[in-house]
Amino acid sequence: MIEPEITPALIAEHGLKPDEYQRILKLIGRVPSFTELGIFSAMWNEHCSYKSSRLHLRGLPTKAPWVIQGPGENAGVIDIGDGQACIFKMESHNHPSFIEPYQGATTGVGGILRDVFTMGARPVACLNALRFGAPDHPKTRHLVSGVVAGIGGYGNSFGVPTVGGSVGFHTRYDGNILVNAMAVGLAKTDEIFYATATGVGNPIVYLGSKTGRDGIHGATMASASFEANAEEKRPTVQVGDPFAEKLLLEACLELMQTGAVIAIQDMGAAGLTSSAVEMGAKGNLGIELNLDAVPCRETGMSAYEMMLSESQERMLMVLDPAKEKMAEAIFVKWGLDFAIVGVTTDTLRFVVKHGGEVKADLPIKELGDEAPLYDRPWVPTPPQPVIDAASIAAPVSNANALATLLATPDLCSKRWVWEQYDHLILGNSVQQPGGDAALIRVDDGPKGLAFTTDVTPRYCEADPVEGGRQAVAEAWRNLTAIGATPLAVTDNLNFGNPEKPEAMGQLVGCIAGIGQACLALDFPIVSGNVSLYNETEGRGILPTPTIGGVGLVKDITKTVNLSFKREGEAILLIGETLGWLGQSLYLRDICGREAGAPPKVDLALERRNGDFIRALIQSGQASAVHDLSDGGLAIALAEMAMAGQIGARINALPPGPAHAILFGEDQARYLMTCTTTDLAAVMASATAQNVACLHIGTTGGTAITLPGETPVEVAALSAAHENYLPDYMNGEL
Amino acid sequence: MKTAIITFPGSNRERDVFRAVAQATGHNPTHVWHADHELPAGTDLVILPGGFSYGDYLRCGAIAGRAHIMNAVRDHAARGGLVLGICNGFQILVESGLLPGVLMRNANLRFICKMQHLRVERSDTAFTKAYQPHQIIKVCIAHGEGNYIADEATLAQIEGEGLVAFRYCDATGQLGGKANPNGSLHDIAGIYSQKRNVLGMMPHPENLIDALVGGTDGRGLFQSLVA
Repeated sequence: MIEPEITPALIAEHGLKPDEYQRILKLIGRVPSFTELGIFSAMWNEHCSYKSSRLHLRGLPTKAPWVIQGPGENAGVIDIGDGQACIFKMESHNHPSFIEPYQGATTGVGGILRDVFTMGARPVACLNALRFGAPDHPKTRHLVSGVVAGIGGYGNSFGVPTVGGSVGFHTRYDGNILVNAMAVGLAKTDEIFYATATGVGNPIVYLGSKTGRDGIHGATMASASFEANAEEKRPTVQVGDPFAEKLLLEACLELMQTGAVIAIQDMGAAGLTSSAVEMGAKGNLGIELNLDAVPCRETGMSAYEMMLSESQERMLMVLDPAKEKMAEAIFVKWGLDFAIVGVTTDTLRFVVKHGGEVKADLPIKELGDEAPLYDRPWVPTPPQPVIDAASIAAPVSNANALATLLATPDLCSKRWVWEQYDHLILGNSVQQPGGDAALIRVDDGPKGLAFTTDVTPRYCEADPVEGGRQAVAEAWRNLTAIGATPLAVTDNLNFGNPEKPEAMGQLVGCIAGIGQACLALDFPIVSGNVSLYNETEGRGILPTPTIGGVGLVKDITKTVNLSFKREGEAILLIGETLGWLGQSLYLRDICGREAGAPPKVDLALERRNGDFIRALIQSGQASAVHDLSDGGLAIALAEMAMAGQIGARINALPPGPAHAILFGEDQARYLMTCTTTDLAAVMASATAQNVACLHIGTTGGTAITLPGETPVEVAALSAAHENYLPDYMNGEL
Repeated sequence: MKTAIITFPGSNRERDVFRAVAQATGHNPTHVWHADHELPAGTDLVILPGGFSYGDYLRCGAIAGRAHIMNAVRDHAARGGLVLGICNGFQILVESGLLPGVLMRNANLRFICKMQHLRVERSDTAFTKAYQPHQIIKVCIAHGEGNYIADEATLAQIEGEGLVAFRYCDATGQLGGKANPNGSLHDIAGIYSQKRNVLGMMPHPENLIDALVGGTDGRGLFQSLVA
């Protein structure tokens, strides 16, 4: 194939800026070939190079005694004791999912699963965080339906339980939805595999599915904003095959047991290019690829196409040459392609040969480790005024406001979503979706792992620093609320166009807030992903730094969920309640105002209150616990009642306007129940530890009774709460 | 009790059912690869586990129903040997001709994973001895194609000969309506072959074997097999 001439237009089509092209010229001392231009565009785009965010990400805390591997590998690794490691990461698939929701979501799940089993881990859980546009936007129903089916379609077939996640709606995602997928796997601490190639002359092996023309330039697409013609980008979306991935998992794990694997890297964004360059650059080795050996699905593929294809379910490995035959036999057994496509060299060059010609010859370190780095201009987000709760109108009836809120898109039951995910396969799901955090048993127990995904984008929009702090604090709180000890975080930073100082300011602010909270809560970040340019026709999404939290439970019998267990138990409100209505769902969904400063996050208070709750759970004194977040006290109370199908009578509330106390979103708070026998001891313990603890009422009956209000039946609340999403998806709303 | 679990490419609950059998019998089952031609000598029970055999890219279970190993499974069944097909395994049994009827897309056209009550129709079979007649058990379902359909004559035969193993019901044992998750005719969740040595069922008893993880109502099935 005759390669096209390099023109300014072609350079621009590859997403490379004029100064970046100058950098390429300086680096190689000549005009690049077409294939080389493609390789640079793949390696230097935002998605692969983190060129806008890297400078700021450096400030994040990533270390702790239990961290085995922090950011920079396929996934983060933490030590969970007994020689076991938990390996996890979250990654976005936003742009593809908007264009083609089913395949976009499936390949998002597939990609993140590969990141985890590439490191030698067997996947044990998946989670996700989804954001869609306004429910009345004409595309929303179609996108929800496709994304949910896609996540289920991949995970269910692959055979990993999807145990938790979050779903939210906002008009700012109308043209740019978010699909963040998280995967968690388990491995032995001494059997973890890395992407760093070693040894000169070792074979580079291609494994898995064949290479086709799908997904060419996917990573470049994910590094640009959408215009109105986003659907025209459909050919850049890849197609997922969970069956092939399941085979790849089993074959890789079997091969890893043999000791044949020196280094391994999955072919994700920028496919063969990125995986080969990363393995070589990390190991300070050159790589030579012979593309004639690459298994192709289509005939006549050019070097350019092969290097940029994002066909799914593929891996690249550096193999011990002595074990080549054995490795091949394993892959043949599983019906997968196995081809030696290259060799490690000592030249520090990335050489690509095809049809007897050298199609690329580039310095490998500069491609990988030394991509451009930008200190983009940014402006801080102007502070919003603190809203005085007394200035916000009270509803005619708080009970009616509660019923209304429970049937809104953000607070309604997400059962319609998670019942489409196999959340029970592997037989270790201790807590089902719908609670504060997911909990799985590790092997045969008693150890368990807890997971959650959290972020409150409207807080981040109003105050990025506070919003970043809150996202981490809420993840920490959700893990705590089931009795887990929070250990580490994977983050997925979804933002708008970093070339706009306002959007860049949101990114910088949120990263700062996340860093502060992770540091204060001993909750280091071990892996993550940055997704920028989430913007359509100049309108950015809400800043959405999704936090995926992982916590450890030593004994799964010493955990709780949120449901009321018995009648006649004391209901306790833990933490300070001031009635913060700024950026609350009450203010937005009842009063129609998205305004004000978000609630303040006091990290020392978070820690004190959280440690108090966790100790009560572990000592068996707390019979139910729920964290207070969106919708505040009243929503949390209703969720506990609905889960246990037991009512509650509330007879004492903290001082202040009732609607602000009931619906305010002050942080660092929990609701819990305990027996009347334990009540005095719990109250005394709270006093001793300087934790605000108020006995607000008692469980029992079939209704929720708020002070001075007509009781509302729990069954009626449940019906409204459960019916919203199915009715909406059936087109009945 | 010597158990063989057939692993097809794409099977994904083979480890779950392994654990359930090992817990109930005290013996580890053997995994048998789909391309094998023989079952291990002395096999008493063959299990076809849940999953997406060969990706289920054709009709669910259609390719697996024609795998090499299924000839051995058919011979085993013909000799009176026990065969248990769960979820995709049920679909494979139907596709391989070992059980009548067919499993279509769920009535709501979506994959459904949830806890589900079943009524044990009879407790005098090798699979249900440990249960009481008409006992209500809570297990889980996780399938996209569990909607059991058969023609009227076949249904009449299944009912007439007492071949329904489990029916979907609610917590009180009430059949029909919302208690039926997938539209199956006669609320059928599982059926036996005429000699009751082959059982196909959509729900997953193997995931309900531990009080800490959902409950233990699935244990009875595996305990029945060793009783």
